[in-house]
Amino acid sequence: MKGMTVIVKTISSWVKILIFIFGIYIILFGHLSPGGGFPGGVILASSFILLMLAFSRQEAEKYFPLSVASKFDCIGALLFILLALMGLGFGINAFFWNFLQQEYLAAHETVLKLISAGSIPLYNIFIGLKVCASLFLVIVVLSMTRPELPSEQEQHLEE
Amino acid sequence: MEIFYALLIFMIIAAIVATETNNLLSSVICIGAIGFGASLMFLFLKAPDIAITQIVVEVLGLIILIRATITRDLTFITGDREFFAVVVSVVVIFVIFVVGIVIFETEAFPRFGEPVFAQIADSASERYISQGLNETGAANLVSSVILDYRAYDTLGEVTVLFTCIIGTLVILRYPSRKTLEVSIT
Repeated sequence: MKGMTVIVKTISSWVKILIFIFGIYIILFGHLSPGGGFPGGVILASSFILLMLAFSRQEAEKYFPLSVASKFDCIGALLFILLALMGLGFGINAFFWNFLQQEYLAAHETVLKLISAGSIPLYNIFIGLKVCASLFLVIVVLSMTRPELPSEQEQHLEE
Repeated sequence: MEIFYALLIFMIIAAIVATETNNLLSSVICIGAIGFGASLMFLFLKAPDIAITQIVVEVLGLIILIRATITRDLTFITGDREFFAVVVSVVVIFVIFVVGIVIFETEAFPRFGEPVFAQIADSASERYISQGLNETGAANLVSSVILDYRAYDTLGEVTVLFTCIIGTLVILRYPSRKTLEVSIT
């Protein structure tokens, strides 16, 4: 049987969704409470890596394929740069200008609400997307390249 | 202040265990315990953002990365210690310890846990604390600093991470594809 024991598999199939929701919470409320894009992205990636450790690499790739992960990695970085460049078109024309806050949200009373702080939550979401995908990619690729034991190679030959 | 000494003793014991054990996985878990102690210290220093990042990277990232990538026959470390390297390490650590004590005894450094910028009248951090909520609208001032006032740093961080991931994937692609072909056929 591949993976770990039945106890670990059952518990991790319950816990994975809780870890995932907690990562989303850390990312979305990064501008109100401690947290942000980077820790939230690592928590999201660790929910997939828990699947990889408990079941197998194929099970984790079924939820989050490697092609999708590499696309998310590039899309996160691209959207981060694009949102930073969009500051050039508004207001004082500065790179990283927080135009959503200064042009639209400053007139309203948005303190301590979820939709506040302009582009800071969007930056958090993009960084979280990117960090989640890239950490998952790195750990999966590193675990692919580990040298196989002689017994495992014999198993492949027999199969 | 006593909690810091207790955490320091805990971290030193974990570091000694990490260097003395023969099993690679338990050594890495001891390093995770050191990171947990450091995260608790950041929490008591009123820096919860750094505490969350520390515990996520040091505990989750390190242990899971090592657990997912090591092989079973590489987990035990054998062989004797080099005597010269041990002596050099002990001397370097002792010198750093003595110099640190001498520096912290003088009045040039602020006391432990007090920010340096609190001593300067018109420092940048005063502007962040007094005007940050009005200018960015983010209740978490750390988030408003790293993503609004100092967003260039975050841009560099994202670029470094992106370049690292691309380089890792490109370097490791060929043997991983070869391993996949072996395991499929």
